[in-house]
Amino acid sequence: MSLTVLTVDDSRTMRDMLRMALNAAGMLVHQAEDGVHGLEVLSTCAPDCIITDLNMPRMDGFGFIEAVRKIPQYQLLPILILTTESDAERKAKARSVGATGWITKPFEPEKLISVVRRVAS
Amino acid sequence: MDQMASIRQTFFQECEEQLQALEEGLMEMDGGDHSSEVVNSVFRAVHSIKGGAGAFKLSELVEFAHAFETVLDEIRSGKLSASHDITKLLLKSADQLSDLVATCRDGASINPASYRQLLDELKQANGSSAGQAEDENWDDIDFTPMTIDIGTPVDADPGQSFQIYFKPSTGAVQAGNEPILILRSLLELGQTVVSCEFSDLPPLAELKVDEALLGFNISLRTERGLAAVRECFEFVEDSCVVRIEEPGATPTPEAGNVTVTAPVALETPTELPPMPKFAEAIAAKAEAAAAEPVVLTAIEGGKADAQQQKQDKSASSASATIRVELDRVDRLINLVGELVINQAILAQSVGQVITSGASDVNSGLEELERLTRDIQDSVMAIRAQPVKSLFQRMGRIVREVADATGKIVRLRTEGETTEVDKTVIESLADPLTHMIRNAVDHGLETTEDRLRAGKSEEGTVRLSAAHQSGRVVITVADDGGGINRAKVLETARRKGLVPSGAQLSETEIDNLLFLPGFSTAAEVSSISGRGVGMDVVRRSIQALGGRISISSKPGSGTVFTLSLPLTLAVLDGVVVSVADDVFIVPLTSVVETLQPEVNNILPLGQGHSALRIREWIVPLIDVGMALGARKTPIDPANSVAILVDTEDRSRCALLVDRIDDQRQVVIKSIERNYGEIPGIAAATILGNGRVAMILDVETITEGNQKSFEAPKRASAGGR
Repeated sequence: MSLTVLTVDDSRTMRDMLRMALNAAGMLVHQAEDGVHGLEVLSTCAPDCIITDLNMPRMDGFGFIEAVRKIPQYQLLPILILTTESDAERKAKARSVGATGWITKPFEPEKLISVVRRVAS
Repeated sequence: MDQMASIRQTFFQECEEQLQALEEGLMEMDGGDHSSEVVNSVFRAVHSIKGGAGAFKLSELVEFAHAFETVLDEIRSGKLSASHDITKLLLKSADQLSDLVATCRDGASINPASYRQLLDELKQANGSSAGQAEDENWDDIDFTPMTIDIGTPVDADPGQSFQIYFKPSTGAVQAGNEPILILRSLLELGQTVVSCEFSDLPPLAELKVDEALLGFNISLRTERGLAAVRECFEFVEDSCVVRIEEPGATPTPEAGNVTVTAPVALETPTELPPMPKFAEAIAAKAEAAAAEPVVLTAIEGGKADAQQQKQDKSASSASATIRVELDRVDRLINLVGELVINQAILAQSVGQVITSGASDVNSGLEELERLTRDIQDSVMAIRAQPVKSLFQRMGRIVREVADATGKIVRLRTEGETTEVDKTVIESLADPLTHMIRNAVDHGLETTEDRLRAGKSEEGTVRLSAAHQSGRVVITVADDGGGINRAKVLETARRKGLVPSGAQLSETEIDNLLFLPGFSTAAEVSSISGRGVGMDVVRRSIQALGGRISISSKPGSGTVFTLSLPLTLAVLDGVVVSVADDVFIVPLTSVVETLQPEVNNILPLGQGHSALRIREWIVPLIDVGMALGARKTPIDPANSVAILVDTEDRSRCALLVDRIDDQRQVVIKSIERNYGEIPGIAAATILGNGRVAMILDVETITEGNQKSFEAPKRASAGGR
């Protein structure tokens, strides 16, 4: 069965890149533009994994992860953050609100797929 | 790769939007708003560009954006204050970033020297972390890959063995790190032997299901090396106990351990509860604990948040717009144009057939006309765009010219939301750029002069837009010294543009600036010079069906006012007949119409005449003669004079056979097929299906004046 991934990013470029890479690996992709939109989309689909950007308007990645973790059925859902930041601070903050792992931009499609496969079954 | 190319296109489109947001945010910061919201939006714009640039391996763009972003990050975190100098640097960097994006978009190669200086300034501003930014490899890898590079023989050995101890923490599992998936990813690397350590397990009665208590001893035999092994633990190595040893020896499975060779084996229950149940148990507990309302508040909280920030323009505009190719809109506009024409033809022909007793048909036709008009307005509105994007571009121009002239200038904009047809906006960019350059370069005094005049050292250029009786009015105002009329008049006389004895009013003197070949600057400056004068500006505004006027007050500044049509697609016109042909006179030019009386017509010789209208005497132009539609002049007494206003505020009377109608017409350009025709601006199709030419009032009146002025200029010594 193919994996379903929800990608949350305010950049169309990034969303398109993710979709292309994930689709190429046979995964289904739902997209959202920011945290608020992400929560809306979550109420209509049940992804196996979420990939979210951190810096977004309206609701950023941290707020989004926190909100997702409050939804019982998604408490253990793998959530990967997408970040260009290399500082440990943001990763630690993301982890403290419940992020599972991270993907560093710019990503190699193979690496992206292997990470998604590693955290989502 | 097609898909990649289209993403690339998306990226550059997005860059445009980000650059706009960047400029907008920086202007707000420049205006003193340093709220986190503004700084964050600025940061996000640069950050987004960097992210996309990285994906396309645009390394120069990434490098510059990174330095830029780092400074913004410092400001965001309060480590650096957004002083005036810093804001100025940021604005300059935004301009540079915009240039780099443009270069990348055009596929040209970037000369690193072009941005080196600014890059250094950014790094310097960044002070403390400058060195770090230098060698920071932003293509971040969390663990050091060096270890495997050095230990290359490792890879050569196909049977390298690792002893791994892994004890998941409760936190890691709750963050979605499923231990079984990590074990499974190890299994993909090679052969594993996994033994479970359950020494921490309390007696069943004290067992808490949401606690991670199990540890795993894993012997792994793999060809993939340490990096691949560590990668499996990438997300858990700081939160869980992970020990990886490389003994190099082949592990010997101990008795009683579970040997895992295939995924099936992992799922085989031993004396321990299987892993999936562990996870499910937590989920079940969580579900029990967090009842439904939590879900609702979470989602509604988000919605409330969204609602609250609906005013946030950037947020709401993101979801409320769609992108449509311009071609499609243009096609639609053309079709609606045809529809309008057809509706008019239909109305006219039906009107001729049915004279009475068909009120149903008539009311139906009226309804159709109303609907057509509504559709037309709505379609036109699609092309309408706020002038904001245009105004924003001017910020950069002001900065550049201010820098080059050493003046301190602030650009203030008003009415940025005023909407105008996209084509008008695009065609305005050049003339407006020139006017803004002029305002800063010539309009504003030098800092010393300002101080001497008792003004603040900061000059202001005000750019505003507003709708005014169906047109858009754009003004460019400076608070400089105003036009030096004596100097203007002297220059004009010297250049032979004005006869030496002529007495000119102040307005007439101001309007001399629009004459071809006029330039007040003693030497053509590289900034506003460039071989383009205000005459070219006026010409391009006229080409848009607009007008430009000037007013100036000595000591307090100059105001240029542009009045433009909202659209280039339709125009209100007066339908006139000239020598059996039908022409349209744009209504915006028409001042009044009148029946000339014989004793008000003053012959001037050479076939020219003038018309006295109350206190004025204006040139009288026989349109039929001017266009070559007839050989002999029309008798003015049997014709109609249309008094038109021309650009330089002089007036002219156009003589036509009769006025037929007044209506809105759809403009059809003929330039593409016929080239430029003097006296004709465009064509249209009338209700009866006939083609009518739209008169270009400017060139008709100009042509007439030229024949008047030519001998005069020659006598004044020419130009």
